[in-house]
Amino acid sequence: MTALLRRVDPYLKIEAYDPEAELMLLHFGPQHPSTHGVFRMDLYLDGELIVKAVPHCGYLHRAVEKLCEKLAYVQLTPIVDKNDYVAPMTNELALVMAFEALLKQDVPRRARWLRSLFAELQRVASHLLAIGTLAIDLGGALGGGTTVFMHCFRERELILDLFEAVTGSRFHYNTHTIGGNRHDLPEGWAKQAKDAIRVIRERLPEYGALTIENRIFQQRMQKVGVLDGELALELGVTGPNLRASGVDHDLRRDAPYAAYDEVKVNVVTAQTGDCFARAIVRVKEIEESLRLAECFLDGLPEGPINGGKPTKMAVQTKVPVGQTYVGIETPRGELGTWLVADGTHTPYRLKIRPASLHSLSALPYVLPGHTVSDAIAILGSLDPIMGEVDR
Amino acid sequence: MNELIHGGLYGGMIVGVLMTTTAMALWFERKFAARMQSRLGPTMVGPSGLLQPFADVVKLLQKEDIVPFQADRVLFNLAPPLGAIAAISVAAVIPFSADIIAADLDVGVLYLLAIGALGVLPVFIAGWGSNNKFALLGGMRALAQSVSYEVPLVLAALVPVILTGSMKLSAIVEFQATHHWLVVWPFFLGVPAFIIFMLAMLAEANRIPFDIPEAESELVAGITTEYTGIKFALFYMAEYVHTLVASAVGAALFLGGWDGPFAPGLGWMVAKTLALFGFVYWLRWTLLRFRSDQLMALCWRYLVPAGVVLVAASAVWVVWVG
Repeated sequence: MTALLRRVDPYLKIEAYDPEAELMLLHFGPQHPSTHGVFRMDLYLDGELIVKAVPHCGYLHRAVEKLCEKLAYVQLTPIVDKNDYVAPMTNELALVMAFEALLKQDVPRRARWLRSLFAELQRVASHLLAIGTLAIDLGGALGGGTTVFMHCFRERELILDLFEAVTGSRFHYNTHTIGGNRHDLPEGWAKQAKDAIRVIRERLPEYGALTIENRIFQQRMQKVGVLDGELALELGVTGPNLRASGVDHDLRRDAPYAAYDEVKVNVVTAQTGDCFARAIVRVKEIEESLRLAECFLDGLPEGPINGGKPTKMAVQTKVPVGQTYVGIETPRGELGTWLVADGTHTPYRLKIRPASLHSLSALPYVLPGHTVSDAIAILGSLDPIMGEVDR
Repeated sequence: MNELIHGGLYGGMIVGVLMTTTAMALWFERKFAARMQSRLGPTMVGPSGLLQPFADVVKLLQKEDIVPFQADRVLFNLAPPLGAIAAISVAAVIPFSADIIAADLDVGVLYLLAIGALGVLPVFIAGWGSNNKFALLGGMRALAQSVSYEVPLVLAALVPVILTGSMKLSAIVEFQATHHWLVVWPFFLGVPAFIIFMLAMLAEANRIPFDIPEAESELVAGITTEYTGIKFALFYMAEYVHTLVASAVGAALFLGGWDGPFAPGLGWMVAKTLALFGFVYWLRWTLLRFRSDQLMALCWRYLVPAGVVLVAASAVWVVWVG
């Protein structure tokens, strides 16, 4: 089947395909167990071989951007938490950074370090989930895949516990505010975090053995779903998916924000651009993020965590007229926030650029020539979060 | 008349015991998998959740029985019982001990291979009759897989037949009891044949890493997508019975069946069967799934040539040495 791997025309007219072939149209999703939420692909199959793939998104559309135009600036963080529901910390960060840019608001050093620390821990949690769900896609919900998934969840739990200790909630934290953070670290948190990092680092080889060192995993992933770097750049694919295609691009290093300008970020890349490269980049990024998190934890400066002026009515915070774009490196790639402010207490327009949407746009180019089994592996390796895609 | 009574008695016994064992195996598997995944598994129904499988069956019996619009009703309804019958029938020739054996056929090995091969038919019928694209893909895969793996299965089963000179399962076990278990001596023939046999049996029973016809992450639930209630339960049960019976056959053909010191024959047979069964589930909850073309490659590139060589080597061994 690998002989059929080639760059194909995603706009192939089905009528133009071999008229002798009896093509089957398979509606893959939205109620399919492994489309990572509600995502639909129309697959035109020749036997089990995909001839053409048409992705459809929008099943999880919640009008977040429109909602953002109606609510006050300070009310928006809990809304965008629900976009990329696997990495809510980074959603908030991208949002408040855009506000701060227009408000010309300074952020105290401790708050910036806290933001980076949370972002790195969140990356670990998110990548763990990505690897777990990828294993489920490959190994089935009733088989070895679930074992990997459960192991990954066990570790992810440690990080959620950490966030819970800080913010009081396990998922939608609402901890970033304009000018800093809302919650400071509780007593004993640093030790808890150290322990969690140590435990995860110790257990990493365990599921490495179940996934990237496993022969079946390698056979299923290597040379499957090759996305070359040029095409990836053209499509706007960012994050681990782009780095797996050999493009050395990471906003944490190239356009540092929060506290990333004060530490050295080692960017993980892989050259082959196949599913295996994407998986291995994620596994290596977990290690790197653990190192960074430890670094941020050790060097955490003392001081205030919020530089904003105390206001009587936070809801009335007005942002001056202007527009800005802020992009940060989330676990899935570049999450951008484009904010147009008209001087009132609500945004005039807030556009969110999700990384997952751009990852999914690679599907019509990558899928043709693969089988249905590979389609699952490719979709899983791109690690899309539908909440972020549809908003 | 006497034979009828014998058959009826043993048949009833085997079905009864097999059903209970399957239920218990289900419980064992769930507990086992849970422990592997740092969970507890069933705890609520009965002591340590022992009655969970029965609760599951009762739940499934209460479910609405749905036949999809435009499905082929006859085929759709025929497939589940056929699958269960095919899986259970194999148990007829298994020698549980020297004197507990329902039908000690002279062509026992041939019988179990033939009936075992029948198991693919209901799977394909279900895939075709459901009028569902996922089920159809699953049925197609099942057919390709089973037909391919039939070959190494037969070749591997031929090795003990050649070495012991009989197709009668009781005679094969008897031979191992008086000489050596086939995995012990000649181990260079017995062990590879045993491995091929177990792999092919796994593929026949659609277990991970060969559960491609079901592949719930790819094909929703494959052939069982449209089945509900008792029909689904029959498929589910057939799969477990198939695995259980395959383990028993493996134990009888290669591991010396009822032979063993101290304990009675039945105990040894059950212990060996359960050990193999446990191994199958160990694999299931550890490994990921192959892709169908990789599965075919494994079969035709490695297992079939190895099987042919083994059969030839066994013949040479019997003529020159044994």
